[in-house]
Amino acid sequence: MKITVCIGSSCHIKGSRQVVEQLQYLVRENDLGSRIELGGTFCMGKCQQGVCVTVDGEFFSVSPETVNDFFETNVKAKLLG
Amino acid sequence: MHKFDTKVQELKYRVLREVARRAWGDTLMESVMDIPKIIAPGKVPEIRCCVYKEQAILAERVKLAMGGGTGSNVIQVIDIACDDCPAVGYQVTASCRGCLAHRCEASCRRGAISFNHKHEAHIDKTKCVECGMCAKVCPYSAIVNLKRPCQVACKIKAIDINDDNAARIDDEKCIACGACVYQCPFGAISDRSFIINVIDMLKRSENNTKYKVYALVAPAVGSQMTYAKLGQIITGIKELGFYTTIEVALGADIVAQEESRELVQKGFLTSSCCPAFVKYVKTAFPELAEHISHNPSPMVALAKYIKKHDDSARIVFIGPCTAKKAEARLEEVKPFVDAVITFEELQALFDSKDIDLTSLEEGVLDNASYFGRIFARSGGLSDAVVQAIKEQGLDDFDLKACVCDGIEECKAALLRKSRNALDANFIEGMACISGCIGGAGNLTHGEKNKAAVDKYGREALEKTIADAVSMLS
Repeated sequence: MKITVCIGSSCHIKGSRQVVEQLQYLVRENDLGSRIELGGTFCMGKCQQGVCVTVDGEFFSVSPETVNDFFETNVKAKLLG
Repeated sequence: MHKFDTKVQELKYRVLREVARRAWGDTLMESVMDIPKIIAPGKVPEIRCCVYKEQAILAERVKLAMGGGTGSNVIQVIDIACDDCPAVGYQVTASCRGCLAHRCEASCRRGAISFNHKHEAHIDKTKCVECGMCAKVCPYSAIVNLKRPCQVACKIKAIDINDDNAARIDDEKCIACGACVYQCPFGAISDRSFIINVIDMLKRSENNTKYKVYALVAPAVGSQMTYAKLGQIITGIKELGFYTTIEVALGADIVAQEESRELVQKGFLTSSCCPAFVKYVKTAFPELAEHISHNPSPMVALAKYIKKHDDSARIVFIGPCTAKKAEARLEEVKPFVDAVITFEELQALFDSKDIDLTSLEEGVLDNASYFGRIFARSGGLSDAVVQAIKEQGLDDFDLKACVCDGIEECKAALLRKSRNALDANFIEGMACISGCIGGAGNLTHGEKNKAAVDKYGREALEKTIADAVSMLS
């Protein structure tokens, strides 16, 4: 599974660093390092909806406050069924 | 509306704007010959002997604005624009009053001063060594030093005079810093422009669908186009058709982190950020070249990162620097940086599309830390290395930085290093005085620019280098 977080200016200001760090933490905690590729990109063209995140191409709007829920629902649940 | 330091810059800008307008509209090839007459219309010349000479010079300016010129140097002399400035050195002027004191004679250790029957001084050029003592002691300031501004500007002595009495650049020696470009009062030396490559790249991207054109903007932007807000400049860049804008200061953060590790490991380094300084070390002090940091410049570090993660990326660097144009042509840099333009050229691009920055909404630019951003001014790189050493717990290393502000100070430090007489383990080399904010491609240069860059630095969301760089891992 490939998760891409936008680290462009607009998303950065909305907290993409916190989102990246939390995702890194959650991937480690859940021991999913071998199954998830976490990457960054500089703009997804949807700055209004930042922090922009894609999971295998599917778009999500995430914030530092919602990143845990996002991970549970759209990452962990999908991977672990 | 736009502020430039000089009318030379303004003229260059007008040429660039005309070229750009035609390039956007695909009419450049058919109407390029009209540009000189549009800029210098009528029959009355502005400063030259006739309007035809002015138009001929403008035709040369158009050529450079389209990337033309002879040889490979990005810095080019427009021979016919060179005013053949006098270069005789110290000379007595009509202000000499034929006084009794003759301080000039007394001060001259070479016996080069003699007097006519009216007691007016004369300097014998076969004896004079251009020490300037006579000029210093004359109570009437009647002795002047006639030198060519280009040669005064070129501290590495890469400019001499050709058989036609015009300036000639030694391309091997030239570090493309652009000091002569900025200083020539007749605009006879200019940097080649690659704006039409950029316009072509933007057009062919078909709104960034074929590939994405990234604008990498140098931190000196914090001191430029101050008639508008930084956020408006970012929106303006977007309106030109770029996919997105990223701060080169983020590349500077990467460099600060890597370079501090390299320094601790090797014990002595010179910086590698300023391409003019790097070329100077390689050509004038080849024995010290091994000490140049192996890190790429911030521009290249960031461009590499982007291209690694987006294979459809095209990179355009926008900054204050003419030497970056030369850097982008190096074999090892070519694959990563597709074009380099200056802030002067960015202004011309905005106006070629009638983009009024002051009427735009504010976009955002925030990728780097305070430390990455202050790379734009002298001393900023050293401050960042101090910080990176601290952040990484490498405090055992006792950093002694030698901050060289301008190529003359670089030369002095390198000379001392080559004689093992430099009490420092890190040389921060910046070819332009004040650092990048003194670069030839800036629209304006001024006292306030350093404070402006520091302010821009303080506005960064990330306060540490590690936090800014952690986004990239």
